[in-house]
Amino acid sequence: MSDEAMNPQRRRLLMLTTGLGVVGAAFAATPFVKSMLPSARARAAGAPVEVDISRLEPGQLLTVEWRGKPVWILRRTPEMLQTLSAVEPMLADPKSAVADQQPKYAQNPTRSIKPEILVLVGLCTHLGCSPDKRLEPGAASGLGADWPGGFFCPCHGSKFDLAGRVYRNVPAPTNMVVPPHAYISDTRILIGEDQKETA
Amino acid sequence: MAAAKPTAWRRLIDWIDARYPLTSTWEQHVSKYYAPKNFNFWYYFGSLALLVLVVQLVTGIFLTMHYKPDVNLAFASVEYIMRDVEWGWLIRYMHSTGASLFFVVVYLHMFRGLMYGSYRGPRELLWIIGVVIFVALMAEAFMGYLLPWGNMSYWGAQVIISLFDALPVIGPGLAEWIRGDFVVSDATLNRFFALHVIAVPLVLVLLVFIHIVALHKVGSNNPDGIEIKAKKNAKGIPLDGIPFHPYYTVKDLVGATVFLIIGAAIVFFAPEMGGWFLEHDNFVPANILQTPTEIKPLWYFTPFYSILRATTEQMVAWVLTPLVVFMTLLTVFSVRTGRSRLIALVIGMLFLVGFATIEAKVWGVVLMGLSIGLLFLLPWLDRAPVKSVRYRGWMFKTALTLFAIAFVLLGYLGTQPASGINVILAQLGAVVYFLFFLLMPWYTTFDKTRPVPERVTWK
Repeated sequence: MSDEAMNPQRRRLLMLTTGLGVVGAAFAATPFVKSMLPSARARAAGAPVEVDISRLEPGQLLTVEWRGKPVWILRRTPEMLQTLSAVEPMLADPKSAVADQQPKYAQNPTRSIKPEILVLVGLCTHLGCSPDKRLEPGAASGLGADWPGGFFCPCHGSKFDLAGRVYRNVPAPTNMVVPPHAYISDTRILIGEDQKETA
Repeated sequence: MAAAKPTAWRRLIDWIDARYPLTSTWEQHVSKYYAPKNFNFWYYFGSLALLVLVVQLVTGIFLTMHYKPDVNLAFASVEYIMRDVEWGWLIRYMHSTGASLFFVVVYLHMFRGLMYGSYRGPRELLWIIGVVIFVALMAEAFMGYLLPWGNMSYWGAQVIISLFDALPVIGPGLAEWIRGDFVVSDATLNRFFALHVIAVPLVLVLLVFIHIVALHKVGSNNPDGIEIKAKKNAKGIPLDGIPFHPYYTVKDLVGATVFLIIGAAIVFFAPEMGGWFLEHDNFVPANILQTPTEIKPLWYFTPFYSILRATTEQMVAWVLTPLVVFMTLLTVFSVRTGRSRLIALVIGMLFLVGFATIEAKVWGVVLMGLSIGLLFLLPWLDRAPVKSVRYRGWMFKTALTLFAIAFVLLGYLGTQPASGINVILAQLGAVVYFLFFLLMPWYTTFDKTRPVPERVTWK
């Protein structure tokens, strides 16, 4: 340490060098931070899944895997479809107004292309648990005698109706997601690709 | 007689001392580190935490020799360790039991700090480093829990990473960055392995080191909460201090022995602890199509998990909103300067606007973060003239008791289904938990304290 006064020119150079060093460190950190993003392989893995629903009985639910997520296909009975309008007063978003939760062609009272066939990503919109299927109405469901049938998330108690619409006053904020899907034929569904707008 | 020729040992030590501060470091931190002579039962848990850390590091190293961080191999490799690796079951049970006992010891260590005011000046930084260690420990435990790739591992990680998803704007991108995929997958398992075995342990060891350096700078607190450095003898040694070695090394050996007996009993006779240390659902491999019927974290996370679950829409509207209004008004009327009043008003308003515009799910995450974040502010929330609970009045004693009860209650409720009365109880527990911190400046100001003694009391 010298007793001489600070040399402002050298101090400026020091600051400049430090500043450049910080910038350099930020650049050097970038590849490491970005290496943790989903890889090209992970991004490419989202191929559509084809499902045969010819043997799906009314009231039956089939689970398939798409992009690492469970997708449910439920063939609803006429009784099940009747409950959809009955539960509307208890729902947070009965009209499926939150547009991100389903494709345009599923923004209808049954949230489906064909009224009886429901296609749903089987994950709760709260924190991503897979809800229980409590399709049977009444006390047998374990949710009280007035339960009309639907889905119940065991993690934090969120409830959904038979169209995946969320009840009021539960932790989940939005309806469950209807994935993009299309009918290749009457009995075959392609999950992950949008239905062409043809009538 | 002339000075005896130094022994070979003495010459070796001298040789080292000329090149490395061996003797002086030993004296400063061990043989001439003066600790208060009135340490009681509660002072075992610091050294025990160090002991468990060593056990976890050693057993962890041996587990990595057989474990495979791959979604197709992970579950089977853990079973391989349990069945085919020589003594593998013992090493794995020591590691899993050690994880739970780590939190037992750390929670008791922290409660000791609350009781005797060990977070008060001049130990604020010591306390803050301790809270950072606690946060790092939680990260370490959470990431380690994914590695067996059981069904609870998978869904637990899914739920906790989704917490980041809930944050506005940056949430989804951040969650993807943490997972390295759109769902919890092989990428997630692989990086959690890297973080669990290298990154976080390094950070933990470093933090523990500076925790001890900070402790030895300010000196240990004691059950009377008085500074022994205030009364020193002619040599500058605290009158109420005794050398850490041999007095406390020997005392801590007794604690370590009892602790190891208890630990061994658990490892040999009840390693699963009835589902509390190893959850039953985790004996099934991860199944991405099937959430376990009752999803819950391990017991040491449940108090915070309860706070997360308790934050429903009604809770925000009917409990948190009035609470924020009350706290804001109380602060505005209590602080003296206009600027402090303005800051209190702005913070209160920000919360109220947030409550009205952002969904309850986000507030659950915020409250869970705050429940740990408030610990950092503790040194400045406490306004009492004394440190130790021994000389405090009924207000602090009541608050601390209620806080402990709320913490245990929240912990228990976090293991139970969230329905009916449980939700109400968890909401009540969460309010008590937060009021312990938020009202502390007032009840510690008005509390009637007793005079502290001149010297430490001990039998």
